[in-house]
Amino acid sequence: MILVGVLALPALGALLLALLPAHLDRSARWVGVAVTAATFLVSLALLDGRSSGAKGDWQHVDVRWVPAIDLRFHLGVDGISLPLVVLTTLLTLLCAIYTVHSLPAPGRAGTMLALVLVLEVGMVGTFLARDLLLFFVFFEVVLAPMYFLIAVWGGPQARHAATKFVLYTLLGSVLLLVGLLTVYAAAGTLDMVALAHAHGSGIARSTQGAAFLLLFAGLAVKSPLWPVHTWLPDAHTEAPTVGSVLLAGVLLKMGTYGLIRVALPIVPAGAERFAPLLAVLAVAGIGVGTLACFTQTDLKRLVAYSSVGHMGFVLLGISTLSEVGVQAALFGNIAHGVITSLLFFAVGGIKERFRTSEMAAIGGGLAKRLPRLGALLTLAAVASLGLPGLAGFWGEAFAVLAAYRPAASLDRTLYLTLAVLAAVGAALAAAYFLRMLRSVVAGPPPAAAQHAAAVPDASPVELLAWAPLALLGVVLGLYPALVLDLTKPAVALLVTALPG
Amino acid sequence: MTTLGWLVLGLPFAAAVVGFLLPQTATRSAQVLTVSATGVATVLSIIVATGAPVAGKPGVTLAPFGTLTVHAGLRLDGLATIVAVAVCVVALLVQFYSIAYLAGDDAYPRYAAQVSLFTAAMLDVVLAADLIQLLVGWEVMGICSYLLIGHYRDLPEARPAAVKAFLVTRVGDVGFLLGVLVLGVGIGSFDIGTVIAHAGSMPSGTLVTACLLLLLGVAGKSAQFPLHTWLPDAMAGPTPISALIHAATMVAAGIYVVARLYPVFRLHTVALAVLGVVAAITMLLGALAALGQDDLKRVLAWSTVSQIAYMSGALAVGAPVAATFHLLTHAAFKALLFLAAGCVLNATGEVLMSSMGGLRRRLPITFWTMTCGLAALVGLPPTSGFFSKDAVLGGAWEAARGHGGGPAWVGWLVGVAGLLTVGLTAAYATRLWLRTFFGPAHEPAAAHETGHAHGPGHVHGPWVVREPCWIMTVPLIVLAVPTVLLGFAGLRSSWLPARLDAPGVAVHPTLGIALVSLALSAGGIAWVVLAWRRAPGTDPVPALPVLTRAFYLDDVQDAVIVRPYRLLARIVSAADAGLVDGAVEGSGAGAGMLSRRLSRLQTGNVQFYATGVLAAAVLLAVAAVLL
Repeated sequence: MILVGVLALPALGALLLALLPAHLDRSARWVGVAVTAATFLVSLALLDGRSSGAKGDWQHVDVRWVPAIDLRFHLGVDGISLPLVVLTTLLTLLCAIYTVHSLPAPGRAGTMLALVLVLEVGMVGTFLARDLLLFFVFFEVVLAPMYFLIAVWGGPQARHAATKFVLYTLLGSVLLLVGLLTVYAAAGTLDMVALAHAHGSGIARSTQGAAFLLLFAGLAVKSPLWPVHTWLPDAHTEAPTVGSVLLAGVLLKMGTYGLIRVALPIVPAGAERFAPLLAVLAVAGIGVGTLACFTQTDLKRLVAYSSVGHMGFVLLGISTLSEVGVQAALFGNIAHGVITSLLFFAVGGIKERFRTSEMAAIGGGLAKRLPRLGALLTLAAVASLGLPGLAGFWGEAFAVLAAYRPAASLDRTLYLTLAVLAAVGAALAAAYFLRMLRSVVAGPPPAAAQHAAAVPDASPVELLAWAPLALLGVVLGLYPALVLDLTKPAVALLVTALPG
Repeated sequence: MTTLGWLVLGLPFAAAVVGFLLPQTATRSAQVLTVSATGVATVLSIIVATGAPVAGKPGVTLAPFGTLTVHAGLRLDGLATIVAVAVCVVALLVQFYSIAYLAGDDAYPRYAAQVSLFTAAMLDVVLAADLIQLLVGWEVMGICSYLLIGHYRDLPEARPAAVKAFLVTRVGDVGFLLGVLVLGVGIGSFDIGTVIAHAGSMPSGTLVTACLLLLLGVAGKSAQFPLHTWLPDAMAGPTPISALIHAATMVAAGIYVVARLYPVFRLHTVALAVLGVVAAITMLLGALAALGQDDLKRVLAWSTVSQIAYMSGALAVGAPVAATFHLLTHAAFKALLFLAAGCVLNATGEVLMSSMGGLRRRLPITFWTMTCGLAALVGLPPTSGFFSKDAVLGGAWEAARGHGGGPAWVGWLVGVAGLLTVGLTAAYATRLWLRTFFGPAHEPAAAHETGHAHGPGHVHGPWVVREPCWIMTVPLIVLAVPTVLLGFAGLRSSWLPARLDAPGVAVHPTLGIALVSLALSAGGIAWVVLAWRRAPGTDPVPALPVLTRAFYLDDVQDAVIVRPYRLLARIVSAADAGLVDGAVEGSGAGAGMLSRRLSRLQTGNVQFYATGVLAAAVLLAVAAVLL
């Protein structure tokens, strides 16, 4: 029931908000907060029924839905799904809180929050779906609201960026769908639990290879994997803060989650065959992300490019097909969701105040001018560069470790090289983040700023929306077992499907 | 005892957390908070150090990564607890001293919180029972040094210096992380006790690789060649921070980790031989560069580079007790020297020795305590430096005679470099002493610019050179005690050596080595004194640009690493925007043209999505029919 509730609540909320008259703008914002808060609390109840060490789904729903195309409403929650679901509901709540403070032109809080709630349904549904077709449906549901969020509430080039985002991901979706149908054609079922349990038995190796490649291509766009990442910087630069947060915080994870949930266990032979390709592209993404960040002049673009690098570590972890690697990937997903969301919130706050996210135009001295905002940006940047003791470290360090000791069937020399390159890339992330802090946060404020009207520091509402992420960044950094204890049994079960 | 150990680590950490949340105006609360937290931690660390050692047992499960698990625990043996006391004492004195030195600073709570976090991070390195737990403290120190070196926002050189400190050490930390991972994967555990116990079972190639990787991190943190370049620039930070970084935290961490994992390093001589070569180069490099500096703090910074190399050298020749001994005495006298230098800067508003002179009558406490510190740095009996430096040279001599466990040539190399460095150290220490405290007094300029670069944001107007207030001089007097007396603690094997888990090893001077090194010290001192007497008040050492610029290694680093990296970044960035995204935009433009033709009937931006959904729906339907 909780499984249905966590989808029904935001769906009903979206309906309510869409029907709310436009002049009730303030009430719409509070309705948004109420609905997302309720959804967040309900998502915590998904823990109910979990016994420690539970491997499979501890809650599930399975009913026929559209018999004509064999679509079942099959949901479940296990240790892999739960952290992502809670991350999604939390970020949506924080976005709703943030909207109370700030809403970019053209306003219309009700419509925007309705879109955010539809987005939430799609995201949460993707992480809970246990039927391949249902997974695909939820996967696609997010496209429309995200398109409008960017196109309507975004920056001057928003149309172009939104279109690029939609067309690009749609192209990926087509490949994903064909891949899913290939699995269906070969195995005769869409039940993800049964398929994962079968470990690919009953699907010919060559079919597994083809299916994996299709799924991989489709999911890679979303993740995003180099070189199909170029929609991301544009989309982020133009998106409103809330859009950026949900895009980076959750949407990208749908791609990596799909790889872990669908591609690895269902077509393991294909995964084994193409894992080295994934690994090479992932490390290329780390390198390109790191180097490209170094030359960015726009804060939002910089954070967006940094995501390419960070998701590269997640993908590298997956490509090792090992328990440590998948654990690192899942943790990296959550850590990136928390940290990059905080980064986008902080950068969004800066952009709102200075009407630009160009570093040169903002000038230095934020630590003096806006101490709270400067401190949050510093914390987020330091967490993002992978400092041990903050959340960003664990996923990346252990992805490198997993690459040092990948699944036995994989080429060790290749992975060893990749491990070293990835470690160097991780260290160099410090270079661009320090460059950013140096030009924006540190130093004296520009002379012009002393005469300009005072810019307000972070407001209480903003702090309410951001502080949980800062806190999580520290707590997960000091005690990663909070997530890893949840994912561990499920990952142990999952890797039994993998070769080697 | 373990609970007390956690408190030693936890109190500065808690003070840091609270300090970060305080408003920047709450200077007084921040002072009370951080000084009392560090003070209590110091008392507890002494209690822990005098208690029975606690072998680190796996504590809390921090990160279950499947086949490998990270724990958090404490390893409270003699080495760890003694070094922890040193860390706490220096940190406490630095916090106390800062109250006066940074009086009027507009971001004191943040500063004090960062110092507390720095202390907690170093204590984590010292007390950790798990390598990954150790790594957390190791790198948190890096970010604290970045924040603190960049503390003076209006100082133009502070920002690049802060970035450099973090990046150079981080380059080393890539190696450190990989080394830890190789050890952890090879042994199946990150627990330090387990690693030490089972390292012998690892294939020797893997083990040597791991040790060399770890040494890369050690070189970064402990400012050893070729990763030493950040330390002299780090002088842009407030002077108490220099004391903290140079004496008890950060640079000591690298040496400490090698000492901690010494049973692992000892298994193969290759890594230790490399360390010996690095140590020999660094010793001489640092001492020569110190001879060419005019900035008082930079002389001390280069002397740290050189002195830390003595510790590396001791480790390389199989004398870890001598290394730790020198670490402790150095912590005392270098903290003293930096805090005294802070008093000089505070009193004169000058950083360059060429603008000082004749200060011994005006700053008597500073003069006398700094004289003790310099004597210990040179290694004059009976100061602590005499004993610990002698122990290092004695270890090298033992190794040269083939008793060190490693190759004899490493012993010779470290020994000869060490003796040469003794002479150079005497020369630059004497130069500093004479130029600062003797000769004609420089009348301070009537009106200084707003404060001065390196000191606290200071008053304008006529400058009166006088001894700073007691808050700054008391730490000097306190530190002078171990600076002079700590050397005697090694004389009986049941005193300090026993606490360092080296029973039966007394650390006492050997006559031959003592005589040779004293002769060399005397030579160095005589050379500078004679030159000074010929022309008092002028630089007794000819100013050679090669020394002042420290052999141009900064320029080499810039040409070989920094500039190529920038170029590569620009190329990759342009390629990614031009080629990869260009292809996408190009095909997008083509498709766009096509879609405009196809969709003449539709208007508005919804069309793209509608088209997409339609396409997907059609695909679904087709698939459903076909399958």
